[in-house]
Amino acid sequence: MSEDRFEYALRLGDNALILSHRLSQWCGLGPALEEDIALTNIALDLLGQAQLWLELAGAREGQGRSADDLAYRRDAGAFRNALLVERPNGDYGHTLMRQYLFDAWHIEALSALARSADAGFAEIAAKAEKEASYHVERSAGLVVALGDGTLESHARMQTALDALWPYAGELFVGDALDARLAAQGVAPAAESLKPAWDAATGAVFAQATLTPPAAAFAHKGGRAGRHTEALGHLLAEMQFLPRAYPDARW
Amino acid sequence: MSSEWPLWEVFIRGQHSLNHRHVGSLHAVDANQALHNARDVYTRRHEGVSIWVARASDIAASSPSDDGPRFEPADAKVYPHPSLHDEAGSA
Amino acid sequence: MYAQLVKTSHAKTPEQMSDEERAFQARIDRAEKIEPKEWMPAEYRRTLIRQIGQHAHSEIVGQLPEGNWITRAPSLQRKAILLAKVQDEAGHGLYLYCAAETLGISRDELIAMLHSGKMKYSSIFNYPTLTWADIGAVGWLVDGAAIMNQVPLQRCSYGPYARAMVRICKEESFHQRQGFDLMTNMARGTPEQKAMAQDALNRFWYPSLMMFGPSDKESVHSAQSMAWRIKINTNDELRQKFVDQTVPQAHYLGLTVPDAKLAWNEEKQGYDFSEPDWGEFYDVVAGNGPCNKDRLDARVRAWEDGAWFRDGLSAHARKTRERVAGRIAAE
Repeated sequence: MSEDRFEYALRLGDNALILSHRLSQWCGLGPALEEDIALTNIALDLLGQAQLWLELAGAREGQGRSADDLAYRRDAGAFRNALLVERPNGDYGHTLMRQYLFDAWHIEALSALARSADAGFAEIAAKAEKEASYHVERSAGLVVALGDGTLESHARMQTALDALWPYAGELFVGDALDARLAAQGVAPAAESLKPAWDAATGAVFAQATLTPPAAAFAHKGGRAGRHTEALGHLLAEMQFLPRAYPDARW
Repeated sequence: MSSEWPLWEVFIRGQHSLNHRHVGSLHAVDANQALHNARDVYTRRHEGVSIWVARASDIAASSPSDDGPRFEPADAKVYPHPSLHDEAGSA
Repeated sequence: MYAQLVKTSHAKTPEQMSDEERAFQARIDRAEKIEPKEWMPAEYRRTLIRQIGQHAHSEIVGQLPEGNWITRAPSLQRKAILLAKVQDEAGHGLYLYCAAETLGISRDELIAMLHSGKMKYSSIFNYPTLTWADIGAVGWLVDGAAIMNQVPLQRCSYGPYARAMVRICKEESFHQRQGFDLMTNMARGTPEQKAMAQDALNRFWYPSLMMFGPSDKESVHSAQSMAWRIKINTNDELRQKFVDQTVPQAHYLGLTVPDAKLAWNEEKQGYDFSEPDWGEFYDVVAGNGPCNKDRLDARVRAWEDGAWFRDGLSAHARKTRERVAGRIAAE
């Protein structure tokens, strides 16, 4: 039972950790100062959430692993994030589209988790939900503005949507663990979040004059630790110092 | 040169304050973005509760040296028009 | 400092001044703040644009050496601290660009001058960050030096610049403390960590001293800046103060300042120390530092790659206004 909770907290924490890391790669390199600051705020919010989820995971696992241990000492096969968040940044449009697809799911997931039968999950989710509602408002606004901006901004956002759509589906495909936790009232069933996500994203894409691909195919594997090639490189960079100096404290 | 985003002035009323204070400026395309940007730039340390933004070009200001007889009265715009490229470029 | 080598002419004597200039100088001498709408000598405006603009550029370029280690920050807490610090620097750049804009120049024009090399940024940011300890050294030494200059500038004569300095100083003290905390952790850590800390001090000591600009005796003209209270202290004054404050901190860390001539001078109640290599300073300022090209390339690329984003948002805002106007017209 607590093995399930450990796993589920890892999924949430790894999503936040990896996505935060991707966003932090833009620091100092964004298209405008105000935007740079705003994106870094999102990265910081997600990093804070990652710390909370990973601490909870360590507590549920009961083997004394800290959030840092989990972040810095697991290899790619032990990570449980969705594939969407590890996709490379690409251009800024790609980054914003990835963010919107994630944010639209995240707000639904956190809103359900805030009612979790597990108080630890509910508490973190309630805090994160406030941040996520700001994030999704922001990313939706940017998708609309850039989708319905210039010809070039429209083209870039459409290209990004086409490229990332095949990674969004995984968020709504539940496995046996999801089903067990849903039955206990601890977490929402993955599929249950799809109707609201479809409605919200549909409205935003229409306003943005963007067309989601018709194809229903979804890449999967993140929850099982089968990731894309991108994750290995990300972790090699992220984990270098603690692995090179295993006795050091930072 | 890119299409510049207009300049906005930002006023924030903190949690325990009665009044909005001018805290600075930023660039944004419209009021909505200005409010969002102001929240990110000027309340990063949770300083603010209420945020007002106004286009810098909409702000009228009094002339502080109205009582100085020697000087030309300044016009109503807050900032002079940007045209000092050459001045700043020289040593 | 962050704005090094800002040249002005010799300070005019009262006899050489016009009526307006004399009245202006009297205001400065009374410690009145000059605000954007008010009369000011053309050279005062020009000098401030250069000084504030270069200060702003320094904050923005200064994000890059620290940004270099964000993805490799070795703990979640250190990563959050570093992200927040770099974000603060973006904010400082923003406050300063806005202060410069009150003088009649746009942010886009200032950025164009940075990118074309017509305006500079502080020499320190042309040095590389090679280890995690360098992040500590940057906070401890570079921010330490910056604070030395920024605290007195809170009293400078130009209102918007003084107010930006007040805001910046509040945030900067966090940064220096966090950098020093990182250095402390390294200096008391494993032998490799301690060696990293000493190596960082070795490489950042003299470049930090250079931040204050050349020695007063061979200095560029700054008499007019001082008279106008755009510059408050001389380069040597600030450098001496920095050394006197920092050497005891290095001793506390158990690290050695890389200066064989460093010695306490009882008579002057301060340290005697070796001057940095001014040849190296001028080389770096001329564009031949280790990172000049990379830093500027990164900024130019970020700006150019971001043009479609800025234009896209402008276009959407315009469309929105037109639609609203269209709806109103139809009523």
